[in-house]
Amino acid sequence: MLDYILRRVLLLVPVFLAVSVIIFLILHLIPGDPVDNLLRVGSNAEARARIEAKYGLDRPLVVQYGIWLANLVQGDLGSSIITRRPVSTMIAQVLPNSLMLGGFALLFSTIFGVIFGVIAATWRDRWPDQMLMGGVLLGSTLPSFWLGLLLILTFSVQLGWFPVSGARGWESLVLPVLTIGLGGMALVARVTRVAMVEAAGRDFVLLLHAKGLSPTHIRLRHVLRHAMIPVVTILALRIGWVLGGAVTVEYVFARPGLGLTLIKALAQHDYPVVQACLLMLAIAVMLGTLLGDILQALMDPRVRSALT
Amino acid sequence: MLLSVENLTVRIGKVEPLSGLSFTLDRGEILGLVGESGSGKSLTAMAVTGLLPLIGGRISAGSVVFDGTDLAALPEARLRPYRGKRIALVTQNPMTALDPVQRVGDQVDIMARLHLGMDAKAARARTVDLLNRLRIPESRTVCDAYPHQLSGGMKQRIVIAMALAAEPDLIVADEPTTALDVTVQAQIIHILGELVRERGLALMLITHDMGVVAQVCDRVAVLYAGRLAETREAGPLFARPRHPYTRALIDCIPREGMAPGSLTGIPGLVPSVAQYPAGCRFHPRCLHADAACQQVPEARPQADGGSVSCHHPMEADHG
Repeated sequence: MLDYILRRVLLLVPVFLAVSVIIFLILHLIPGDPVDNLLRVGSNAEARARIEAKYGLDRPLVVQYGIWLANLVQGDLGSSIITRRPVSTMIAQVLPNSLMLGGFALLFSTIFGVIFGVIAATWRDRWPDQMLMGGVLLGSTLPSFWLGLLLILTFSVQLGWFPVSGARGWESLVLPVLTIGLGGMALVARVTRVAMVEAAGRDFVLLLHAKGLSPTHIRLRHVLRHAMIPVVTILALRIGWVLGGAVTVEYVFARPGLGLTLIKALAQHDYPVVQACLLMLAIAVMLGTLLGDILQALMDPRVRSALT
Repeated sequence: MLLSVENLTVRIGKVEPLSGLSFTLDRGEILGLVGESGSGKSLTAMAVTGLLPLIGGRISAGSVVFDGTDLAALPEARLRPYRGKRIALVTQNPMTALDPVQRVGDQVDIMARLHLGMDAKAARARTVDLLNRLRIPESRTVCDAYPHQLSGGMKQRIVIAMALAAEPDLIVADEPTTALDVTVQAQIIHILGELVRERGLALMLITHDMGVVAQVCDRVAVLYAGRLAETREAGPLFARPRHPYTRALIDCIPREGMAPGSLTGIPGLVPSVAQYPAGCRFHPRCLHADAACQQVPEARPQADGGSVSCHHPMEADHG
């Protein structure tokens, strides 16, 4: 198992390099020049060349990439072209907000999604199932920015239980977590239900009944265990999405985070910041997949055997 | 009598795949339940083990009296104590019968823990002992293996160990060897036969292999299209089959000294549940059918204790 984890981590190195090349290139391929933003109106070509030299933009792309990567692995993400602050400091400020929001949202969707999925599968096609699946349909189709506004209106403006916006304290986390978590919960509940129904129809479940085990024991100790395998895969894939895709929610709640920083930097052509944000999201996706694979190997001995 | 099935009728939705089945089985006895695929053998196993609701079926008439209690009349909650503890099931396909993500030792242990109230340690000791007696080499190591790490024959032995662990009175084995190699088949059948003699338990052996039936069964019940065709002691049945369908099944067993290409099958197919013919269900495929066969034949008791459901039972000695 340890051997597997090590090999799986090493496999991430070429993936990381490929991702870094793409992230580096994308911004040089899209139209728009940040130097334009820095030049005073009416500046001459000499001033432009001076600024380009200062940021290394006059050198060949390969050399620029080499310098960028070398700095990157040392933790130096460069300085923002717009704010002139080190990018690593900016990221360090917003990343905890995003991690906290994403982490709690994932936790929320996992716990309630699995519970609701089990309930729906247990009372399949009867009223608890129909009620929950109806709610799930609603939860997965509501746009999160609208849901966020609705929650603000109800719980912040009318009831005054939680702050309207910001990232100060635990109270400010509740509504954003709910907004993101409800969609994820709907997804997890649906996958859990389908996987449980599928697993309950397998041959070995019949024999478990024949062994005289109670239906609850069979459902929770055997069927649910099998159903969790696809659920874990879905959740792992969602890690990256929750970190980056929460941008609309961050926007609605005016919550400084990775997504919001990325959108702002994109609008200002702030290369180093965009690159750093994209890199963080790419790393989150890669680590999420890694985590999913490891969990899957831990849960399914057949996967472990296939590795060796 | 340990098990006495009377007029067992099973319904799944609107169809009635099993009608009026009667047979008995006592301790120390092996009853062979034979017939082609689709004749209702597996449904009989599900009915006796009380698992019909899982596949959406129910016993619509008749009784399954086990040790004095009619299981057909019991609600699910009161049926469960019988399952595993007193009536064990060995299913057809060992490849899919075990939980793939649980160690096989734990899957056997649970039986002794659940039904005999043993703690984990005692249950494991019992499992190892059981595996040894089923001639599984290195049984301690095997306990820690997952199903996919074992061969088919080994897995079927684990399933049998699971069935035996709580010391049941009756084992229902639904085609226990169909999915296995011929050499392994013989071993498994041998093991099952030995268990019945050693422990005095009753075995209902469901199979479509007449060769296996001839080897180990004391009595045979021949099913055709959801009805009982003939049930008798194995010896007389093979020597003098009275139902034309039994005769046809026996003729399908390859014998020594047969000319190549002379093995005959039974023409036609078992009809599907929705298309059971009126009267004797075998008559469209029967060489002896006439107008009388349009009526459902009654089960005629035989001098040797069995019964035959045929308007024209065969009298001549076979072979």
